[in-house]
Amino acid sequence: MTATAEKFDLTIDGSGAGTPQAPAAEATTDATTGARTARTPRTPNSRLSVVTTERRYVPKPSGKPDPVAHLTAEDIEELGRELDALRQEVLGSRGASDAAYIRKVIKAQRWLEMGSRGVLLFSIFPPAWLVGTAGLSVAKIIENMEIGHNVMHGQWDWMRDPKIHSTTWEWDNASPSEFWKHSHNQLHHTYTNVIGRDNDLGYGIMRVDEDQRWVPSYLGQPFYNFLNMLVFEYGIAAYDLELGAYVKGRGKDKETFRRDAMKVVRKIGRQARRDYVIHPVLSGPSFLHTIAANAVANLVRNVWTHSVIMCGHFPEGVETFAKASIEGETRGEWYLRQMLGSANISGSKAMHFMTGNLSHQIEHHLFPDLPSNRYAEVAPKIREICDRYGLTYTTGSLPHQVASAWKQVVVLSLPNPQPGRTRVGIAAEAVGKRVRRRLRGVTGMPRGRQSRVSA
Amino acid sequence: MSTPTAAPRRATLVTRALRVAEMVTTPLLPADYLDLINPLRAGADLRGRIVDVRRETVDAVTLVIRPGRGWRGHVPGQYIRIGVDVDGVRQWRAYSLTCPASAPDGLISVTVKAIPDGKVSNHLVRRTQPGTLIMLDQATGDFVLPEQRPAKVLFLTAGSGITPVMGMLRNHLDELADVVVLHSAPTADDVVFGAELRELAATGRITLLEQHTETAGLLSLEELASRVPDWAERHTWACGPTGLLDAAEEHWAAAGIGDRLRTERFRPTVVTAGEGGTVTFAQQGQVVEADGATPILDAGEEAGVLMPSGCRMGICFGCVVPLRDGAVRDLRDGELTTATPENPVPIQTCVSAAAGPCEIEL
Repeated sequence: MTATAEKFDLTIDGSGAGTPQAPAAEATTDATTGARTARTPRTPNSRLSVVTTERRYVPKPSGKPDPVAHLTAEDIEELGRELDALRQEVLGSRGASDAAYIRKVIKAQRWLEMGSRGVLLFSIFPPAWLVGTAGLSVAKIIENMEIGHNVMHGQWDWMRDPKIHSTTWEWDNASPSEFWKHSHNQLHHTYTNVIGRDNDLGYGIMRVDEDQRWVPSYLGQPFYNFLNMLVFEYGIAAYDLELGAYVKGRGKDKETFRRDAMKVVRKIGRQARRDYVIHPVLSGPSFLHTIAANAVANLVRNVWTHSVIMCGHFPEGVETFAKASIEGETRGEWYLRQMLGSANISGSKAMHFMTGNLSHQIEHHLFPDLPSNRYAEVAPKIREICDRYGLTYTTGSLPHQVASAWKQVVVLSLPNPQPGRTRVGIAAEAVGKRVRRRLRGVTGMPRGRQSRVSA
Repeated sequence: MSTPTAAPRRATLVTRALRVAEMVTTPLLPADYLDLINPLRAGADLRGRIVDVRRETVDAVTLVIRPGRGWRGHVPGQYIRIGVDVDGVRQWRAYSLTCPASAPDGLISVTVKAIPDGKVSNHLVRRTQPGTLIMLDQATGDFVLPEQRPAKVLFLTAGSGITPVMGMLRNHLDELADVVVLHSAPTADDVVFGAELRELAATGRITLLEQHTETAGLLSLEELASRVPDWAERHTWACGPTGLLDAAEEHWAAAGIGDRLRTERFRPTVVTAGEGGTVTFAQQGQVVEADGATPILDAGEEAGVLMPSGCRMGICFGCVVPLRDGAVRDLRDGELTTATPENPVPIQTCVSAAAGPCEIEL
């Protein structure tokens, strides 16, 4: 297959992505339950097996070389078996001490949050404001990262404790867990870094890989990214609601969207009422100070989580994949894609904890349902496997990875350079064309198609 | 308009306070925080704290439990379900209460006998420490004495089947004039509550007949007439292994006095696992035959069952639904998961295949 034969999903905001379906399944969706009914017999899902009989590779428009050209189908199958065995090793020793770990973390987080909110009742006194705000910021970060994210991944479902279960957990975030689980667990983790299928590559508002097509609106992405960082929880809520696709008329039907949007609005309302009304009112004379403290805690949490999450898939060295390359993908190939498509953050135990162990992004993406406290012990083994198979294991310190991700956001806001033409030159020309067209009053193609104009 | 009385006004105030509390704790509930302070408080999910573990025999212990404030008491002979974490996994089992119905200290107790390969019973008997917090359900069961106490009673028990009977003896013995206990155990030392029963027998409160099966063999009901000549006149409560209870029901029915026998069955949660099986989706009224290599999600969808689905490879947990009964096998590692209607377990249908007949809550 050649680069031109690759069926490139032109919907940069990823609205082409959808619920994963088994190969060869003709399915209908039941609008009320989201359940699907198959119409034709299906072949077994290829990702259930590591058995790999052929090397599949589909080049990308940039013509970048295949990062695993040196591996045979047998190699990939063997890699899959090794990783399966590693997962099994952890499952075999998963038990009471892991359960005690998550219970301890949840308990500590709740005490910290209660304590901090208690201190903030007196936030009119500067030391109380500082201590309370710092404590609440940390509590909110732990709640979202090490607890919420991981519980909603089903990492603790094995305990069969209905209070710590992916089906019942709700987190301290604008986005209702129901929508987050769909867009994150189901879409992002299945289609990691597949251009046109994984919306997390730039969240539909940014271009973070040179194989994503450039449009002039990406010129503003350093600014959007900064803004998104400040209000990240609302960004996630809009993203999980698939607001972008809906606005462009390519998303859910109106009825479903309205119902879902109401759920988001109600959740945001409850969250905001707690942080900006009830808690401040209870603070009496400290009313305004508590509002400020809660706003700052939410801001700190937004900035921190946004920075950590950017490091997961945006830094340099992370690979992306063509949409056609995952047709009939085996479990071994899926593992390979997770390893190459993720980046770690190196650092102290405290740093790993505060990132919800998402600093072990590679390990998390290989085994999203293993308890987060076990990633650290798996990491050296994965690194050894990467070395042995000649695969890049992307990692770096937090400042380095954040800088690298930001650099990508800034550089890729401009189109790819072409022989004899610079990034800036191409961008200027595209913008000029658009401006001239506007001035002439020519609307050109319908609005929905403008984003498909190639650089 | 009349002025509201004090009680409803207080109720309204409590409700309002609760609503404010919920606004503060959202997305969690006030209970999630209160549980940190006192998990046994009134209004909490019913829990209990094990305060003492008393050894009864080599393989049986009595767990003395302080129940939460929500405990509503029990009638002797009833059982409770307890949820205990074994290797980090919550497991629920039913045990008969053996304690006085209204102990002044408010403690309750159950007696657990370790059964071979019993995951939970062995954990409770050999590894449980005082201080452990467990989940509880309210007492239930109709294996109890009637309000009108019968004049003559026979308790036919074997092994841990003595436990509900002990609950009745400890509470009601003074109200019972004539009691025979016919109990089977491998040896004299294996008789749970052996010393207490023999003490009661020595003081003439009960007639105790022990069948030590290791030397005397299993009790045959043919011998019943010779050992308890007036057995047919007695109201009988029988508790023990299925074999004994089946035989007893047959024996009593043959004598035409089936209404004088009450039985309590301890169902061990052993599900025989096979390869593939019949999958029942009860709510949607679908029954599907699935082999041992086909995910239940695929088998169900093929038959037109509406099912939640996601990644189809076991990573997203979007397809999780409760297994209500039966056994399934994880297609990735062969791990077996079993469930019973009292103890349903959420499973990932996209990586689980039927391992024998099973029922899915869909």
